[in-house]
Amino acid sequence: MTEIYAVSAAPHIKQKISVQSVMWQVVLALTPALLAAIFFFGIRSLFLTVYGVAAAVITEAIIQKLRRIPVTVTDGSAVVTGILIAFNISSAAPWWIPVVGSVFAISIGKQIFGGLGHNPMNPALLGRAFLVASWPTLMTANWKATTPIKHILESSINGLKELPSNIPAVITSATPLGAAKALRDTTQISRDMAETVMNKLADMDTIRELFWGNIGGCLGEVSAGLLLLGAAYLAYKHIIEWRIPVSYIGTVFVLIFIFGGINGLFSASILLPVFHIFAGGLILGAFFMATDLVTSPVTKQGRIIFGIGCGIITVVIRLVGGYPEGVSYSILLMNIAVPLIDKFTVPKIFGEV
Amino acid sequence: MGLKTFPGGVHPPDSKEYSKNYAIEEIPLPSKVIISLSQHIGSPAKPIVKIGDNVLTGQKIAEAQGFVSIPMHASISGKITKIARFPHTTGTIQMGIEITGDGQDKWIELENKKKYLSMSVEKMKKRISDAGICGMGGAGFPTHVKLSPPKEKPIDTIILNGVECEPYLTADYRVMLEQPEDIINGLKILMKIVGAKKSIIGIEANKPDALKKMIELTKNEKSISVIGLKLKYPQGAEKQLIYAATKRKVPNKGGLPMDIGVIVQNVGTSIAVYEAVRYNKPLIDRIITVTGKIVRNPKNLKARIGTLCLDLLEYCGGTTEKIGKVISGGPMMGFALSTLDTPIAKVSSGLLLLDKKEAHKDVESTCLRCGRCVDICPMNLVPSLIAHNVRYNDWDMAEKYGVLDCMKCGSCVYVCPSHIKLIQWIDIGKIKVMEKKNQNQEKN
Repeated sequence: MTEIYAVSAAPHIKQKISVQSVMWQVVLALTPALLAAIFFFGIRSLFLTVYGVAAAVITEAIIQKLRRIPVTVTDGSAVVTGILIAFNISSAAPWWIPVVGSVFAISIGKQIFGGLGHNPMNPALLGRAFLVASWPTLMTANWKATTPIKHILESSINGLKELPSNIPAVITSATPLGAAKALRDTTQISRDMAETVMNKLADMDTIRELFWGNIGGCLGEVSAGLLLLGAAYLAYKHIIEWRIPVSYIGTVFVLIFIFGGINGLFSASILLPVFHIFAGGLILGAFFMATDLVTSPVTKQGRIIFGIGCGIITVVIRLVGGYPEGVSYSILLMNIAVPLIDKFTVPKIFGEV
Repeated sequence: MGLKTFPGGVHPPDSKEYSKNYAIEEIPLPSKVIISLSQHIGSPAKPIVKIGDNVLTGQKIAEAQGFVSIPMHASISGKITKIARFPHTTGTIQMGIEITGDGQDKWIELENKKKYLSMSVEKMKKRISDAGICGMGGAGFPTHVKLSPPKEKPIDTIILNGVECEPYLTADYRVMLEQPEDIINGLKILMKIVGAKKSIIGIEANKPDALKKMIELTKNEKSISVIGLKLKYPQGAEKQLIYAATKRKVPNKGGLPMDIGVIVQNVGTSIAVYEAVRYNKPLIDRIITVTGKIVRNPKNLKARIGTLCLDLLEYCGGTTEKIGKVISGGPMMGFALSTLDTPIAKVSSGLLLLDKKEAHKDVESTCLRCGRCVDICPMNLVPSLIAHNVRYNDWDMAEKYGVLDCMKCGSCVYVCPSHIKLIQWIDIGKIKVMEKKNQNQEKN
């Protein structure tokens, strides 16, 4: 009798890839942006991130223990959630904000649905939404205003001698999107005046600052450039795919170009859409949150629809909604639509007649 | 020259370096062979010998049952010692005939018809079906059936498949280097039989010397063109090859290449056809690659059908490490064998041995919905969705999402970060959907 060998179904070779490798590469890709946050907002940013990550990992481990299923915190998915929660808060937030956010994100956002792969919405964004709803002032009003943007705003406005003195009061917001929102909504100055200031706000100087991260905002959204660096790495590793970010950002660009101006359709300068792309959380959202594997469509066509949907909702919120920023809500809303999108975008089978 | 290809697909390491530089060697006559009765798609052959009979090499020992079936021939001369169930090249147990050799290799009488191309089409077809030829690339569809399209489906193009996209395997590559004339001769026979005006030989870009050789050999043949194909798996799958070569798509839901005027044959099959028509020689041997990191001397062997894998491996000097997995065929679509006492069949293109580490099984985790399987599926299916529906016994939805259109190339499993055995689920789905279809047919 010769030896009996173990059998299994084909294929017998596999690409070297696993859930762990995917998640840890996402962590790696988020690191440059974290370094930027530490550089601009101080070491406190690192602490907040560590609190968020620790809370996420511990919550996941406890719940998995309670559910009597294998503890899989080493797969890195909870770490990613923790980092993203921290990336979505202000560097001035108290230490318990990322902790509460992470606990909520992991428990209600993820484990309650069955854990990784089963959550309908991006847990980190759900955590953020929970924090914004519960502590709105801590989440949206307490930005650490870095001086350069203020400086840019002030110098722009000082340059316009004919401006009434109440203008700086209109732009109290420390974030560029907040300032843009205030300009759109103000009734204290004329439309034309607002338009002039808006064009000043969205000039090349501001965009350069936005790109490198010298602005007020959430931890992780400060440096568009370093976020893009991480995104490029993920794209190179085939972990994220171009369809969602491109259709998302493209939609925002087109819609802001059409509707973004204060004086009616197409009145915006061409820099305004660029400003909107680099300001706020769009880069972080489009490359790292909308592309979340679990909560985005699996079909190619579906991903484009998903990206366009996110773009539309983001622009609607930014231009006519109550908040200056709409990235997180747009992604959450589109997350809910994913099963439907997938259902209606099943591709045509090769050779289908 | 632009390389042609198909949408989707994956890039596994081709691992052909182990065996590709070794010329084909003929393995000494085995003392025993087991001729399986089902080495092909269709009804199994029916034995026409009994235990104790003496047979000659090439003598018919089992006849075809019905049209979609092929006869089997003794691959060595000797005595029939058993007609029983034996391990099969698909990893299952199937009926087969054991012949204990007399070491003489006494052949039936062959002929050498120099003007074989002037033979009538009917006679050619008869010789092919009598020779028991089936597709030697892996699927094993009876060749004479493929060559008998109904009148309303004229064939304009024959495609010869020299792609060999399965990693590790180099049998077709060696054949193209060493017997290119025979391949062309077989191709001309095939073209004559179906009346095709054009033929295309498709070769993957990782075999530049085979590509060069074939181009050189056919430079004066107007009707034969040779094309280079992009290195991508599953480039050699029938539908994908047809698309790359002609931009035609075989209709799904059971469509056949003949529906769009094409017939695809493997290069090895072409040689078998040539030998059958010219020499009236039945298919009793084939080229098989014995390979793997742990095989001491990987080789491309000319072996008699029915030779045991153990004999092949011993001839190659055994293994340098403990065997983790034995695979009949290539690593993507091949079958894992539980024993080396399995005989090779007409479809056996390779014998691959993996060590314990390579055979390591990953634990399945939850689907991340990453969509990688969707991105690469060469049939444009949503493998994760089909597997999901099979898992929850929803056969109707599995069918709707194209479970029957899957060719089981394994690309989706190859790229899955969650190590989900998608093909296994899909296979269950295929069986269940077919069962249900058959039941419905009976009811009506």
